[in-house]
Amino acid sequence: MQTWSLVSISVLLAVLVRWGVSLNSYSGAGNPPMFGDYEAQRHWQEVTYNLPLQQWYFNTSDNDLNYWGLDYPPLTAYHSWLCAYVANILNPDWVELHRSRGYESPAHKLFMRITVLVTDVLIYIPAVVLYCLYLTDGSAKRRVSILLSILLYPGLILIDYGHFQYNGVSLGFALWGVLALGLGWNSLGSLAFSLALNYKQMELYHALPFFCYLLGKCIKAGLIGRGFILLVKITATVLVTFGLCWLPFLPDPSQVLQVVRRIFPVARGLFEDKVANTWCSLNTVIKIRSILTSDSQLYLSLAFTLLAALPSSIKLLMKPTFWNFKLALVNTSLAFFLFSYQVHEKSILLAALPVCLLLNEFPLMCIWFLQASTFSMLPLFLKDGLLVPYTVAFLGFPFLTVYLLSALDDCSEDELKLGTCGKLFSFLPKMHLACIMKWKFYVSMALMAVLSVVSVAMDPPPHLPDLFPVLMSTTAFMHFLGVFLNFNIVQFMDPPRKKSRKKNN
Amino acid sequence: MAALAESWSWFTALAVGVSLFKCLFINAYHSTDFEVHRNWLAITYSLPLSRWYHENSSEWTLDYPPLFAWLERGLAQAARRWDGDMLRLDNLNYASPATVLFQRLSVVCTDLLFIYAARECCRCVRVQKAPQDVLSRPSFVLAVLLLWNFGLLIVDHIHFQYNGFLFGFLLLSVARHLQSRHLQGALLFAVLLNLKHIFLYVAPAYGIFLLRSYCFTLDRPDGSIRWSSFAPLRLLALGGIVVSIFALSFGPFVAMGQLSQVVSRLFPFRRGLCHAYWAPNAWALYSGADKALAALGVRLKLLQGAELPRAAMTGGLVQEVQHAVLPSVPPAATLLCTLPALVSIWCRRRGNRAFLRCLLLCALASFLFGWHVHEKAILLAVLPLSILAVESREDARIFLVLATTGHYSLFPLLFTPAEMIIKVCLMLMFTIYSFTALGNLHRSQGSLLRPMEVAYLLGLVAVAISCEFVFPLSPWRQKLPFLPLLVTSVYCALGVSYSFLRLYATLLRSDDKHKQL
Repeated sequence: MQTWSLVSISVLLAVLVRWGVSLNSYSGAGNPPMFGDYEAQRHWQEVTYNLPLQQWYFNTSDNDLNYWGLDYPPLTAYHSWLCAYVANILNPDWVELHRSRGYESPAHKLFMRITVLVTDVLIYIPAVVLYCLYLTDGSAKRRVSILLSILLYPGLILIDYGHFQYNGVSLGFALWGVLALGLGWNSLGSLAFSLALNYKQMELYHALPFFCYLLGKCIKAGLIGRGFILLVKITATVLVTFGLCWLPFLPDPSQVLQVVRRIFPVARGLFEDKVANTWCSLNTVIKIRSILTSDSQLYLSLAFTLLAALPSSIKLLMKPTFWNFKLALVNTSLAFFLFSYQVHEKSILLAALPVCLLLNEFPLMCIWFLQASTFSMLPLFLKDGLLVPYTVAFLGFPFLTVYLLSALDDCSEDELKLGTCGKLFSFLPKMHLACIMKWKFYVSMALMAVLSVVSVAMDPPPHLPDLFPVLMSTTAFMHFLGVFLNFNIVQFMDPPRKKSRKKNN
Repeated sequence: MAALAESWSWFTALAVGVSLFKCLFINAYHSTDFEVHRNWLAITYSLPLSRWYHENSSEWTLDYPPLFAWLERGLAQAARRWDGDMLRLDNLNYASPATVLFQRLSVVCTDLLFIYAARECCRCVRVQKAPQDVLSRPSFVLAVLLLWNFGLLIVDHIHFQYNGFLFGFLLLSVARHLQSRHLQGALLFAVLLNLKHIFLYVAPAYGIFLLRSYCFTLDRPDGSIRWSSFAPLRLLALGGIVVSIFALSFGPFVAMGQLSQVVSRLFPFRRGLCHAYWAPNAWALYSGADKALAALGVRLKLLQGAELPRAAMTGGLVQEVQHAVLPSVPPAATLLCTLPALVSIWCRRRGNRAFLRCLLLCALASFLFGWHVHEKAILLAVLPLSILAVESREDARIFLVLATTGHYSLFPLLFTPAEMIIKVCLMLMFTIYSFTALGNLHRSQGSLLRPMEVAYLLGLVAVAISCEFVFPLSPWRQKLPFLPLLVTSVYCALGVSYSFLRLYATLLRSDDKHKQL
């Protein structure tokens, strides 16, 4: 069958799955006084539409920053304004200043869900399609399988269309950046990534690899001559993009400062709630939050983050290939997630996107990670009443992707590219290593399934009320750490096998 | 044989995929049919057998045959553990989250029968040589066309019905006949008749075919009947099966003397010629012509506007109708139109696929000319036609026109704004797939559709856009609220009638070929 029909069917299926999830509840539904992220987005529409720009980030009588104050960069604010403009045409009650607080209705829910779908269809989905068609190796069937697998990644769907957020915009822009860099269009790539950064500051997780890749390319092209011109072009693009996005705020330095203060709140603690990162998991054995002062917590996390992220970035700087870039994206974003300050469980999506890009080369490892990432957000989904879509995703995603990508057939030592590490296991025949991998995968899936069922069906013992979230986050943490180590090893082993695969095509 | 020995993993993937996909629409809009089935759960659980067909405290009385009532009773036993409140008779329009979850999951689970039937049909597909690529195999295409059928997904899992379960019986029976296991096929069809009596429309096809091809074992050289080869044992076996199933189903009610009550519930003849929303059949064309002529007559001052029955057929409710200009159609005439197709399979032994073709013609004829037809009944023709479509080029052409038109005519069933995206995307998905896959299968002889057919289908797109998007924003919305339904039904009726005529032509032409041999 022709590629265009397979691609369009995959995209339509992806849209249908998204819309099916969006029929469910959202974060904070029917839950006064604070509600949830859904109300936050609606409130930002109200604020940006009714108040002048100078008041958006400030605490005024009309704008109470304690009630979901704006804490994303300006592009989010402009997007909210655009949505509010349309909302006002359809029904002014939705964005009326003060009076629309906590507004909930089926029509409004339909409107909000459509805004998410529109941005996805315009930004995220085309990026994925183009990436799979132009930057993925393999037959047309393989590419469409990868496309379908990426589009059906449940974590992003459940957060954007269930919990309610606009991660598709920032991740979409970041993906456009990766796409452009992969095709050799450096300025466009920097433009796209700058837009992503200006939409959500969490994209800083991806900033180091972008920076190192582009700098590495400039150095390689020679710092005197072409490389220098490239550097100037990229710097100019980034500065102009930032300038345009922040243009209304630039005349008044106090505005700029306030926005920065809002998007980087350093007054909070090392972590909130149960997150699948090192500090939260460490906290179960050693109570770091009580031992260290908040300042030393900050420095500790900074040190560890840099320590974890730098090796891969330096490797990328020295050898700026697209392959290294993708690996660095995974490694850096995972390093940030595992060791950074004030991480939310939704930040795993920033690591999931680069992992999706590696589905073609490491199907089993990536599917494993993506499944674990969805699992790690289960407490959030339970709070939002998204159990049914979660179950469908938990069962369907691994089944479908393992089948489409033949992930369990290819997990020999070669596939795993353990390289030197593999020589440690060379006393084991190849078959056994593949068997071990498969059984590890099955056991892990079973463990996650059991934990999911138990946390839904049973009540925790009274003296350990947080037992289940802690168990889930620790399990997820072990998975993430394992993947982090694996991909770091892969990046440093420099596998020759990729070239042989290209020969086979 | 190597292809057969290879695993059917792709089928499992399709089946698991579609089942999980259906679970995503648990919270979508559901029609009054949801309350109908909840009420039946309550009736069969709370009341003794003798009261099942007398109960009428709710407007949704039990009007399916007894075996379906027993199915509801079985489901009610499971429902008790989910939410006992749904089984209370007085709990009208009760739709707690647990109830919705239970009912939706019951449809998904009963669909397992449909999945099994689809697999049996895929096994029956005749293949010259199996291509290496899974996507190009006829059995794969058939599996997708059956499992991911737009009509079934919309009607069963959003609108809410148990058609998957019922069509599972039908397709399984067809598969058994195609595999020449006629007794099993007859048994399954007898059970089906006792689950939903609408399948009586295709019973003549079964009856004539089994009588001719199963009870008469040999033919004369020219293919016509050899009366001497009548096998009474076979007839007895068939009769025994049918009678015993009916006895199992209706027996208790006959014993209680309630047979007439049950029959009156199953066949209520007071309803109008067209259902609330016009099914795109010949009567839609007839009524449409009547309306048009009436409007023309008023315009030309031939008729008095005041004398015409006002909004008689377009009033969205089920009622008896009066035609304004053309004579009102008496009930008996509708039955006559179903007869011609049966004659051809009686005259000559035609093989199992001719039986399927005749079944299709009965189904389509009953849709076009039948009494009180609902537009969901088009699925009765679309699903079996899928089997023929992957084997023969001519049938693939008819399938594309019939399926696209029939599926589009189901659009008015989902009128809520949230479901608009679902129906449009799902329709696009199915249409793109059916066109490209069938075109791919039969690509050896050029393009599949004739220009006229392409033009008609493009016109369908125009109708769709104007009815769904342009009309709601136009000034006629208040004065003529049922205009989009009228236009949809009349336009689709053209497509359905065209497919019917083409199918008839195929049957008769192969009849001629047979004569020439």
